[in-house]
Amino acid sequence: MESLVARAGLWLVALLVAMFMFANAVDSGFAVHMAIFALAALAGLVISLRGTDYKLAAAGAKPAVDQGRYDDQLVRYGVILTTFWGCVGFLAGLYIALQLAFPALNLGFEYTTFGRLRPLHTSAVIFAFGGTALISTSFYVVQRTCRARLAMPGLARFVFWGYQLFIVLAATGYVLGITQAKEYAEPEWYVDLWLTLVWVAYLAVFVGTIMKRSEPHIYVAYWFYLSFILTVAMLHLVNNVNLPVSIFGSQSYPLWAGVQGALVQWWYGHNAVGFFLTAGFLAMMYYFVPKQAERPVYSYRLSIVHFWALIFLYIWAGPHHLHYTALPDWAQTLGMVFSIVLWMPSWGGMINGLMTLNGAWDKVRTDPIIRMMVMSVAFYGMSTFEGPMMSIKSVNSLSHYTDWTIGHVHSGALGWNGMITFSAIYFLTPRLWGRERMYSQRMINWHFWLATVGIVFYAASMWVAGITQGLMWREYGADNYLVNSFAETVAALHPMYLARAFGGILYLTGGLIMAYNVWQTIAGNLRQEEPLRQAAYDSAADRPLVAAPAE
Amino acid sequence: MTTETAKEPWGRHKKIERNIAVLGVLAFAVVTIGGLVEIAPLFWIDNTIEKVEGVRPYTPLEQAGRDIYVREGCYVCHSQMIRPFRDEVERYGHYSLAAESMYDHPFQWGSKRTGPDLARVGLKYSDEWHVQHLKNPQGVVPESVMPQYAFLAEHDLKIGDPAARLTALYRVGVPYTATDIKKATDDLKSQADPMADNADLQKRYPKAQVRDFDGNPDRLTEMDALVAYLQVLGTMVDVNAPAAQEVLAKEKGR
Repeated sequence: MESLVARAGLWLVALLVAMFMFANAVDSGFAVHMAIFALAALAGLVISLRGTDYKLAAAGAKPAVDQGRYDDQLVRYGVILTTFWGCVGFLAGLYIALQLAFPALNLGFEYTTFGRLRPLHTSAVIFAFGGTALISTSFYVVQRTCRARLAMPGLARFVFWGYQLFIVLAATGYVLGITQAKEYAEPEWYVDLWLTLVWVAYLAVFVGTIMKRSEPHIYVAYWFYLSFILTVAMLHLVNNVNLPVSIFGSQSYPLWAGVQGALVQWWYGHNAVGFFLTAGFLAMMYYFVPKQAERPVYSYRLSIVHFWALIFLYIWAGPHHLHYTALPDWAQTLGMVFSIVLWMPSWGGMINGLMTLNGAWDKVRTDPIIRMMVMSVAFYGMSTFEGPMMSIKSVNSLSHYTDWTIGHVHSGALGWNGMITFSAIYFLTPRLWGRERMYSQRMINWHFWLATVGIVFYAASMWVAGITQGLMWREYGADNYLVNSFAETVAALHPMYLARAFGGILYLTGGLIMAYNVWQTIAGNLRQEEPLRQAAYDSAADRPLVAAPAE
Repeated sequence: MTTETAKEPWGRHKKIERNIAVLGVLAFAVVTIGGLVEIAPLFWIDNTIEKVEGVRPYTPLEQAGRDIYVREGCYVCHSQMIRPFRDEVERYGHYSLAAESMYDHPFQWGSKRTGPDLARVGLKYSDEWHVQHLKNPQGVVPESVMPQYAFLAEHDLKIGDPAARLTALYRVGVPYTATDIKKATDDLKSQADPMADNADLQKRYPKAQVRDFDGNPDRLTEMDALVAYLQVLGTMVDVNAPAAQEVLAKEKGR
């Protein structure tokens, strides 16, 4: 009963604070956000009051939970929301890609300009799609590899829904023009504070679950999840030291300026890639690939070496985003050297993932999920080769500021992050809802091909666009004058922008097919089709270890 | 090391794998090193920021324009960082100095040039060009893919509390004086008003451009502020002055 009163009290305080902030708001964007906060607090209050069994609570007892089952409710929501946010992010991406081909699509409204929608796209894909996938798979994986239920289930719910609130605040903020104008760190100070709270709770749930594990050994996937959570916390805190203009307003100014601001931002930005999109997703790879292939991880030693090398080296690579800028030369060179060295531990992860299929390569032919995983890890290998190459100063002098960078990011995001997440969703959905298999495995195959061909269009068109841009900017004629005006270089890219948008359409279509497939699976339908292979699953064995009561 | 673990290769690592506290502390220690070594020295190595004449804090109107630049996400397509290459220097002007963005909170160097670099766009085009271009970019540059920002000319500039903004900037390290902060609201309004007496403003903010920027002297719009900001970009430091050239000649690397 006390815990219920405390919880309801906290929500009530949150509600009152949000209403107070709303009433005093100095700008309309802040007022909108405080209203959203207040609604969320109200929802929290109502849910904690209505979800309680008062008879039990009055008796001082806790509702009985089946300790013999994993706590998977959040993971179920996570699978649905990951699918949803994925489609939203791809759609936003397609729309802004079309804006670059047809600027009339900016529509002349302040809310629909490329400048405001682009952060919406990047955040929807990285933080909404990727972040939800990471949180939900980590909740799934940590229970299995520890053979224990989630510690602090109430806090876990707060983490999950609190993170969704962060996404909503960030997304609505961009459209309203609330931004710090730092790439991938656009949310303003109060949203940053909220995320900090959520993240600390995330760490607590995670470490708490590990501490109550039944397996003595902490599985390798978990090392990666842990380093992802810790490092993102550090990056987020340091890059977002801001001073609000008013505590009742959305605007703030960051502590870091100019050259220091640039390096702090790219130390953050590059390691958002390194830890959010790499370490976290490697953790997914280390669980789902061996499970689906039904083979053990290829090399234990390799996983140790590449884990420590990867997390140590990644942090240094940030300055390669600032080659030939006003950042001191020594920092640029250091960043370049470490970026090139980083190639090796990255490929260590790729090799460990691919070689896990040793003895099971035939499954690439027969199992569409395995096929997706292999393609994902292959794209990981490709983009972690491309990255070090682009960080070499002389290459960077051509590639920087061009669409080549955009292509590079997307071969990583669409290929590696997207494909491994899709395969995790296909792995999880039948298991979480107790279905025999996905509604249709042939649709997975369709998704695989649409996504793969989509990425090929995307990456190829952006390579051509980037190199065209870079070469046209620096082209001199025989008369020793620059040949191209800037406008001419923009016009030259139009066909490539169309090809890129076409790739985006294919990728989005694949995503929509997945959404349909997941929906039908949850609804309990099975499509009549010629079977494809799938991994064996024994739901009776998929249980936490519970200490047997003494006889 | 116990005899049992000594037999196995990588036995010591087993201990780390069994203790979440050790694993967490070690992982965290490993990820802090790179940042410490690369970022911290920038705050005390003297030659990180050149000592050149002319860099000053933005006027309240320029800063208001900068806030609009930030709000609209211009950094997504425009860089403000000219690299020391022949083609860039000929296309955009002298390569950018660290000193020129030392009061930029946040920095806006950018990472992508869907449009051209803006580090030295100030005074290159007329106000009228900027206004027409922002309202309908394709009307001025047919190949352009820039969004249309006609709404800036229709929105009155929300003045809010300029003194609070300057105070916040002062607290994060921009050297505004007490007078600057006290007069912030007056400065903001009078810079776009050609009839006002701006002698004091121009004394405190050298080279500040004083005029109606959006072609509509009756109103103070967001367009006024944004154009005032664009017109000051890259104009503070006279990079070709002998003193500046002397400082830059000593610069190594890049």
